[in-house]
Amino acid sequence: MKMAINALRALTFALALAVLGQAAPVAAQQAPNPTAQSVKEEQLLNALRGGDAVAGRITIPDRTAASLIQPEGKSFRDFHQGSLWLIGGVSILGMLALLVAFYGTRGRITIDAGFSGRTVTRFGGFERFVHWLTAGCFVILALSGLNLTFGKALVAPVFGDAAFAALAGWGKIAHNYLSFPFMLGVALMFLVWVKDNIPSKLDVEWLKAGGGILKKGQHPPAPRFNAGQKAIFWIVIIGGVAMSISGWYLLFPFESGHTVGDQQFWLNVHAVVAMIFIAVMLAHAYIGSVGMEGAFDAMGSGEVDENWAKEHHSLWLAKEKQRAGATPPNAVPAE
Amino acid sequence: MARMKFLCDADRCIECNACVTACKNEHDVPWGINRRRVVTINDGKPGERSVSMACMHCTDAPCAAVCPVNCFYTTADAVVLHSKDLCIGCGYCFYACPFGAPQYPRVGNFGSRGKMDKCTYCAGGPEADLTQAEYVKYGANRLAEGKLPICAEMCSTKALLAGDGKIIAEIYKERVTRRGYGSGAWGWKTAYKETVAI
Repeated sequence: MKMAINALRALTFALALAVLGQAAPVAAQQAPNPTAQSVKEEQLLNALRGGDAVAGRITIPDRTAASLIQPEGKSFRDFHQGSLWLIGGVSILGMLALLVAFYGTRGRITIDAGFSGRTVTRFGGFERFVHWLTAGCFVILALSGLNLTFGKALVAPVFGDAAFAALAGWGKIAHNYLSFPFMLGVALMFLVWVKDNIPSKLDVEWLKAGGGILKKGQHPPAPRFNAGQKAIFWIVIIGGVAMSISGWYLLFPFESGHTVGDQQFWLNVHAVVAMIFIAVMLAHAYIGSVGMEGAFDAMGSGEVDENWAKEHHSLWLAKEKQRAGATPPNAVPAE
Repeated sequence: MARMKFLCDADRCIECNACVTACKNEHDVPWGINRRRVVTINDGKPGERSVSMACMHCTDAPCAAVCPVNCFYTTADAVVLHSKDLCIGCGYCFYACPFGAPQYPRVGNFGSRGKMDKCTYCAGGPEADLTQAEYVKYGANRLAEGKLPICAEMCSTKALLAGDGKIIAEIYKERVTRRGYGSGAWGWKTAYKETVAI
């Protein structure tokens, strides 16, 4: 019993010592400074340089609101108000200048042999439908999209802010809804024309010869689509897919589960691809209409002049003729 | 004219969220939108701090810079307001805002975000002051009544300060000098390109 009490005393003494030993430094630290360990705004702003947002815990259900300060906003603004204007301006105005210069020096590319009066079917009804479905959507998407970037500087001063906002609002609705037929058009285009757009050795020779559009009277042989048209096809497919993916995320901002940084990224991708896409399509529209005699018929009526086909798509014409037999279906009797 | 600002003294904020609630109540803020929120940083760790954050009414506001329809304007008191009649709900201001202030009611399908909603500094919108039309779109206009924003007015620890930038900076400076510490005027560098020098 006595031994037990002694042991207890010893233990109590040891405990008391331990407690005193712990307490001593606490007593020495007199004025507590709660900020000594606290996060300061400065530290967090330094941390922001890594590109992360200052985030914490939040009690409201909106999870994204836990981000206190996001640094990407500034780079988004700089890009959207600076670089994007430059990229868009240079690519679109640059392309227009190139086309005007090309028209000025080369003029309209005419059919060297003149219209033959005989036509051959180049694009069937479904192919033309797919083309104009995509093209029609593209024009409205492009205009309403450009309006969001350049409209406030170019269009708003003309109509006033209220009318311009109404226009931009309708443009946004059109942009949202027409994106779906556009995506369908791009998908159909791929299915309908991919077999004629596989690059081949012939394309290299066609390109070496300057495509036959730089010099008058020179026509390198080409199958159904020449290298230039194949390039347009792949630009439309790749560009269309890029626009669709980035646009999809922007269409469903809540469902995609993206952070604000992701949304900025996809908007920037969408905008840059769009500017280049529009510039390329300007060239495509030029050569398919005013730039070349007889070219519009291919997508207009679907029937092109035989001489046009002979000059620009000799291999395709030969094949078509072979398929149709000795006499083309639209042949006019000689006598 | 005053240059209105917010200043949250993080060393005083106790994360009671009363500012959030008061704001929602004062302006009838729609479901899913919080014009003000309290974020707790380093939660549960030593040096934990809570900061009440809303639109800071920036100098050279990024939202106004990126808006495609020029729906933002700055009042004589330097409060950044917007017109819901002009807003097309594109989301650009949300991308550009460093503080996550612009929010959208989910009113429709794909990308139809509805009109943007954010803190108005209790100053309403472009409609005539203290009208029903103004209240429905933007909430109460306390500034027109000569009052300061409700969030700061009812803050129990007076952590959240609202008013002329110079005056609230002076108050904060005095606090920091007296108590000997302060974790800084949150968001000031980002919003106003300056901070409170102690």
